[in-house]
Amino acid sequence: MAELLRYRDDEMVDHPAVTVDAFLDQSNAGAVRIEPGDDARDLLPHLERLALVEVNFPAFGDGRGYSSARILREAGYDGELRAVGDVLVDQLAYMRRCGFDAFEPDQQLNKDDVQAAFERWPEVYQSAADDRTPIWTKRHA
Amino acid sequence: MYKYDQYDQAMVDARVEEFRDQARRRLEGKLTEDQFKPLRLMNGLYLQLHAYMLRVAIPYGTLDSRQMHALADIADKYDRGYGHFTTRQNIQYNWIKLEDAADILADLSKVEMHAIQTSGNCIRNISSDHFAGAAADEVVDPRPYAELLRQWSSFHPEFSYLPRKFKIAVIASDTDRAAMRLHDIGIQIVQNDAGDLGAAFYVGGGMGRTPMIAPCINAFVPLDRLVTYAEACLRVYNRYGRRDNKYKARIKILVHELGAEEYARQVEEEFAHMLDQGVEPPFAELERIRTFFEDPLFEADASSDIDRSDPDFALWVDRNTVAHKADGYASAVISLKPVGGIPGDATAEQMRLMADLAKDYSFDELRVMHTQNIVLPHVRKADLHALWTALDEAGLGAPNLDTVEDIIACPGLDYCSLANARSIPVAQRISERFAKTGKTETLGQLKLKISGCINACGHHHAGHIGILGVDRKGVENYQLLLGGSEAEDVSLAKITGPGFDEHGIVDAVETVTTVYEREREDGERFLDTYRRIGMNPFKEALYG
Amino acid sequence: MRLLTGNDLKTGVVTWWTGSDWSIHVEDAADVTGSEDETARREEAARRVNAPYAIDAEMQDGVPRPTHIKERVRTLGPTVRPDLTLKPAEPDLGNWVI
Repeated sequence: MAELLRYRDDEMVDHPAVTVDAFLDQSNAGAVRIEPGDDARDLLPHLERLALVEVNFPAFGDGRGYSSARILREAGYDGELRAVGDVLVDQLAYMRRCGFDAFEPDQQLNKDDVQAAFERWPEVYQSAADDRTPIWTKRHA
Repeated sequence: MYKYDQYDQAMVDARVEEFRDQARRRLEGKLTEDQFKPLRLMNGLYLQLHAYMLRVAIPYGTLDSRQMHALADIADKYDRGYGHFTTRQNIQYNWIKLEDAADILADLSKVEMHAIQTSGNCIRNISSDHFAGAAADEVVDPRPYAELLRQWSSFHPEFSYLPRKFKIAVIASDTDRAAMRLHDIGIQIVQNDAGDLGAAFYVGGGMGRTPMIAPCINAFVPLDRLVTYAEACLRVYNRYGRRDNKYKARIKILVHELGAEEYARQVEEEFAHMLDQGVEPPFAELERIRTFFEDPLFEADASSDIDRSDPDFALWVDRNTVAHKADGYASAVISLKPVGGIPGDATAEQMRLMADLAKDYSFDELRVMHTQNIVLPHVRKADLHALWTALDEAGLGAPNLDTVEDIIACPGLDYCSLANARSIPVAQRISERFAKTGKTETLGQLKLKISGCINACGHHHAGHIGILGVDRKGVENYQLLLGGSEAEDVSLAKITGPGFDEHGIVDAVETVTTVYEREREDGERFLDTYRRIGMNPFKEALYG
Repeated sequence: MRLLTGNDLKTGVVTWWTGSDWSIHVEDAADVTGSEDETARREEAARRVNAPYAIDAEMQDGVPRPTHIKERVRTLGPTVRPDLTLKPAEPDLGNWVI
């Protein structure tokens, strides 16, 4: 298992994430793992007891997790949102924009490449789940 | 024309450096081909039969002479002196080296061009009406809306790993010159009874192995909610589009399986939620973009007289020029379909000539048509003869717009790694046959479209006559289809019956035109006659 | 016989495995029957070739001729541009391809 990249300061959740089905069945879990086929909106009534949501990317080309992440952030979830699985350096910047603030890739990422990925885009065209100001807003500020 | 500001330029420049870094990591072995492939595709770089191929975006098909010159320079410097204009208004180069690709992107960036999202499972280059801004019948120029969507869709963080590719077309007239309803999303800018502009959304069209005509899912989306509505359409697709089978992953399958009503309901639900999310750009941005597409300064007293004493010129005027909204002007189509030529190919010299002619005669503007021709949109009628003379000398004066010689053909097995059969030689033999028999002009409008495989890049489903190349036990075989249309009378062509070999298909096309000549009534196009009399008379003539 | 083919990683040109190296000429291609998978893995890992795969071919007049038309097109170049093929001086080779 590669190193966890985490971009938040609060304490880590100390218990493993459970499946969405298990989470909905029990009341004490504070961490859940979303698979690509899961509906992130099922979690919305329970956001206040969640401190960690893992979104699994079994294959990097399956982009459902990007929507899952944004849906959670749009609903106000402010706990840790961690991308796990086939997470590659070239997807990091988009994941960050969709609200992920932690990454647990299957394969270790090169630190310089990670830094370059996050520094790549001087601007953004559209609004997403991060706090970056879109170009079209800046143009008319 | 739209011009980049410092933000647009910074984004394109960043993309060049990102790709340079990705290519370097690939060449150093830090990326596997499986990992690199989607990244290079999102920069238009394919690995084709003979080399890498680079597809360069020409947003909504519009470019100026400086850009066309840059495309010519790239053809000379990095390729083999030519390029291929495509059915999505882009240009492709066939002989690219991976080690040169980032430099090419850097050259493009200097003239406000790029190859961003010209392939991959993301939102592709937005296409539009090639007569936008010139057409007499448009409600407004559709390109500002296409440009707004270009910005929205560029580097979209949520929609870059969709189930499959995603193509959007925007038009603004009832005449459809962009195959709008054969796109994943087709948008028609319309005006309601109150005089307000809005966008009609048609979702789930496409060609490929399962051709579908997009149903209208919302007849009027207010323009200040355009981007939000598009975002809702995409989110529903990203979440629920099929990912288990790439052949069923396009949005047309989702819309078909859910039904248009249910898909529309889900979009509306998502849309209602997104209205609070700040997705929509400030309306001032649309107004800013519109200022780039204001009319050029047309001469108020431009003459409408055309000296038709040269019959060759008169034929070209009749065939290749189109009514313009300004008196004394016409849109002139430069055919890239010389008899026996390769549809859509242009040499670097031809590109430079077209660029210079655009500068001299068309307010420095060119358009790429989805039919693989080039338009000079705003030409004074008084200049048409000089324009035609220059084109004709360069082999660009073929008077065959929308005729049986104006064939759409994909690159086919001569270039494409997906193809099952060659398309180009079939197009060449057909145009030669009709030029020889002299029937081209008498057959009138006859749209013939050839694909070298089921993916339908040559739009065979939408041809009045369509040809589909298939592989029959290692031998090229060609199926004939009749009755398709990409226009406002959109329909999908039907297969006539058993296929033909390379020579037989040329005879078969001639046979069906003979049936048309025999059966046609006054003013009927081939398509009209087919629709009236049906398939059987054609089948009888073909298969006896 | 089986031939191993792919594209050069840097340039994209079509290449054929000769038994010890890669060549742009199908005439140099060696029969790889039995060793195609291992060779493909090794050569791709060394980045001497991109996306290699094995194809069927048969000897004809001393030259391996790929069984499938697509691979024959790959050996020379587009049939519609004889000037851009590997052997522009021999336009009749189009008959060998088709």
